[in-house]
Amino acid sequence: MDFFKRHFFVPLFAVVGLVIIAYVGVQGNLQILFGVVAPYMAALIFVEGLVYRLITWARSPVPFRIPTTAAQNRSLPWIKKNLGEKLDNPETTGHVVGRMALEVLAFRSLFRNSRTELRQDTEDPESARLIHWSYKWLWLGAIAFHYAFLVVILRHLRFFTEPVPMPIQLLEHVDGFFQFFVPAIYLSGVVMVAALFYLLARRVTNPSMRYISLAADYFPLFLILGIGISGILMRYVYKVDIIAVKELALGLVTLHPVVPPGIGPIFYVHLFLVCVLFAYFPFSKLMHAPGVFLSPTRNLANNNRWVLHVNPWNYPVKFHSYEEYEDKYREAMIEAEIPVEKES
Amino acid sequence: MAKVPSPAEILPGSYRPPQKGWMDVKPDFREGTYCNPASPKWMEWVGYPFPSARSVPNEEWGLPKDWKEIVLQGMEDRLNRFRSLKLFFDICVRCGACADKCHFFLGTGDPKNMPVLRAELLRSVYRRYFKKIGQALGEIAGARDLTEDVIKEWYFYLYQCTICRRCSVFCPYGIDMAEMTLLGREMLASIGLNIDWALASVGQCYDKGSHIGATPQAFKDMIDFLAEENERVTGITTTPSYNRKGAEVLFIMPSGDYFADPGTYTMMGYMLLFEHIGLDYTLSTYAAEGGNFGWFISHEMGKRLNAKMYAEAKRLGVKWILGGECGHMWRVCNQYMPTWFGPVDFLEEPVSPITGTRFENATVHKMVHISEFTADLIHHGKLNLNPMRNAHIKLTFHDSCNTARGMGIFEEPRYIINNVLPEGNFVEMPPNTIREKTFCCGSSSGINANENMEIRMQGGMPRANAVKFVHDKYGVNHLGCICALDRATLPTLLQYWVPEVEVTGITELVGNALVFENEMERTMDLRDRDLVGVGETEEAEEDE
Repeated sequence: MDFFKRHFFVPLFAVVGLVIIAYVGVQGNLQILFGVVAPYMAALIFVEGLVYRLITWARSPVPFRIPTTAAQNRSLPWIKKNLGEKLDNPETTGHVVGRMALEVLAFRSLFRNSRTELRQDTEDPESARLIHWSYKWLWLGAIAFHYAFLVVILRHLRFFTEPVPMPIQLLEHVDGFFQFFVPAIYLSGVVMVAALFYLLARRVTNPSMRYISLAADYFPLFLILGIGISGILMRYVYKVDIIAVKELALGLVTLHPVVPPGIGPIFYVHLFLVCVLFAYFPFSKLMHAPGVFLSPTRNLANNNRWVLHVNPWNYPVKFHSYEEYEDKYREAMIEAEIPVEKES
Repeated sequence: MAKVPSPAEILPGSYRPPQKGWMDVKPDFREGTYCNPASPKWMEWVGYPFPSARSVPNEEWGLPKDWKEIVLQGMEDRLNRFRSLKLFFDICVRCGACADKCHFFLGTGDPKNMPVLRAELLRSVYRRYFKKIGQALGEIAGARDLTEDVIKEWYFYLYQCTICRRCSVFCPYGIDMAEMTLLGREMLASIGLNIDWALASVGQCYDKGSHIGATPQAFKDMIDFLAEENERVTGITTTPSYNRKGAEVLFIMPSGDYFADPGTYTMMGYMLLFEHIGLDYTLSTYAAEGGNFGWFISHEMGKRLNAKMYAEAKRLGVKWILGGECGHMWRVCNQYMPTWFGPVDFLEEPVSPITGTRFENATVHKMVHISEFTADLIHHGKLNLNPMRNAHIKLTFHDSCNTARGMGIFEEPRYIINNVLPEGNFVEMPPNTIREKTFCCGSSSGINANENMEIRMQGGMPRANAVKFVHDKYGVNHLGCICALDRATLPTLLQYWVPEVEVTGITELVGNALVFENEMERTMDLRDRDLVGVGETEEAEEDE
């Protein structure tokens, strides 16, 4: 099996395996394991892993202030900067907050994305031209996926709250605006799965993307697709006892776990995949979510020239001192009428 | 110099990666594509470990016995000292946004020049030795053993990255390949692997004062010669002082500016400018280098070379430092210098003695960029300029990577250009190839050697291609820049891809345009080319 196939099929089979494990487990009456133990384990691993990883990152200092500057820096007072330029080359903490907000909420850098193509005429190869054009599809796919996923997560809070808070109800209402049939279709679920298919498709079909993709890239895609598809199937096709599901969910968050009878196996499949996602999160590339906040090229102001940045491990270095230099070249310097410290 | 095949032969053809997975592909050390390893002489000069005469095509690279332990220990140290490295190793999602942003990828089509994959070359080793999942699962977790082949691959591809940061602008998490390349090069240096071109410059600079290895007397000779040239062309005497205590300003320029054309014309421009405004400045034979090839090899070596600037400013008792047109010099000055040596209480907060402008953005650094300084002079009407003296120049401006993405100098040079060129003589290249999206010259970061000319021409192709576009469309005949490495490398690049276009520094254009009261009748520019409307005007008719 070649590199691509290995890195594609191993995670695919892994996710299929997880589905089978949950399904078979529930057939064997292991509801406690999949409905109670797994969620608690996953939550524990998630929190501990996340804290551990954040501490690991934070333990290493930021020796230099190295923001990537993408606009005019602070210069003469009459060189004015508009707001966009201030955020692309921040001077103050306020600008940095703005830059980070734009990065996290609107994927600013990804929005810059372009595509470059080499146009070459076989008759006249030297006339080759590189064409760069704006390419927003990746940005669109990414932003669609992340916001849809966020809405899905928030929407699920209705299972964990009683009474369901107003904002969640409202969100659910808006999300289910398109009532083609009963139950109302949640837009977020559809968008999320569609965006995931797009993100998967570009990895597989674009030769460069396929070349760089690892199992660690496909696994979360398959896993979240599994979660999305099982959720959609559960809501629209293989319906489960929603009251019982809420009872289980409330039991989990109130630390009085119960396993109500009669919840269909697809629910446990869905829940188990979610558990795996949570447990996997701190040890995977999904850590880009908290990581982006710590990225030193984005979260620092470009103010080195007027605010001193201190490197905690700064140490003196050996350099060629002027004295050594003059000792070596004194005669020649005197001859060339270059001033010296010592005449001989 | 290795013979470079024709443009048609070195164009990538397609960006399709090979069938074989990248972990199984070894680098192809073809002549013209790699830099020679450093001669032991330079390594001994600066006290670098494991000096030995090495040759790339040789199977045996003469690594120290415990090379693997050294590299892994070095990686661990760097993970503990640089949060950036840890983070950049951990959070990449391989979205591919950086892939076609790298000039080396666009020029070579080699998939390992996609920044994401260049990073994976290092990351795969990190996973194997520092991540449990990589230790347990190996290749399927994206991990691989550290072997001599991996080291060779690092050597090949980390010296095919010019630390230009274009990928970092596009990365949704700001992952900076430049940072990883630098730290990777440090690890290579720790087992004796350096490139000769960079280390020779470092050795010379460390010992004598500049990359070109000019002794104090040679340095003075070169500058005096350029002052004579100024006098010959303009009738103005511009002899500067050397190592003069008590001068108000210490001026430090990259050695490229007094070493070779076309940088020397920029040097002439600096001297004319300072003469014009009567600046009380001195040059130093000891801190005779603005550039810093040390930083291309390691943070520490960068600091060892950079140390001379403040040390010399302190010894001479100047008030502040003025810095010339140089890209990576200013990246170092902006991002590292104050942190390395601050606080700098022996200098004063810079104030322009001519305009009284206080440089509020340099109160801690105490160093001012020549473009800021000049723009301020022009803004206050302190320069008598005749733009018509640049009428033969149709210019486009190349933002240098380091001043663009490691600092943010965009408007100052453009302001100067618009004041020293006749209206309509300045055109921009396409927006995706300038400012923060500017393309590197392809030869920065110490790889502007001769033996790797083919890869240099490939790496510079995206830049040259944009220049060609404005040349064909608008008749652009000059490429302006504020970087000495650009002035050293772009002429070669353009000679190869767009031979009709020449390279110029911005202060050279200022020098052309400056009108002195007591000057002689100007018939030529600083390059001895006839001015438009004076004498023979062949230049102006060209390219129409």
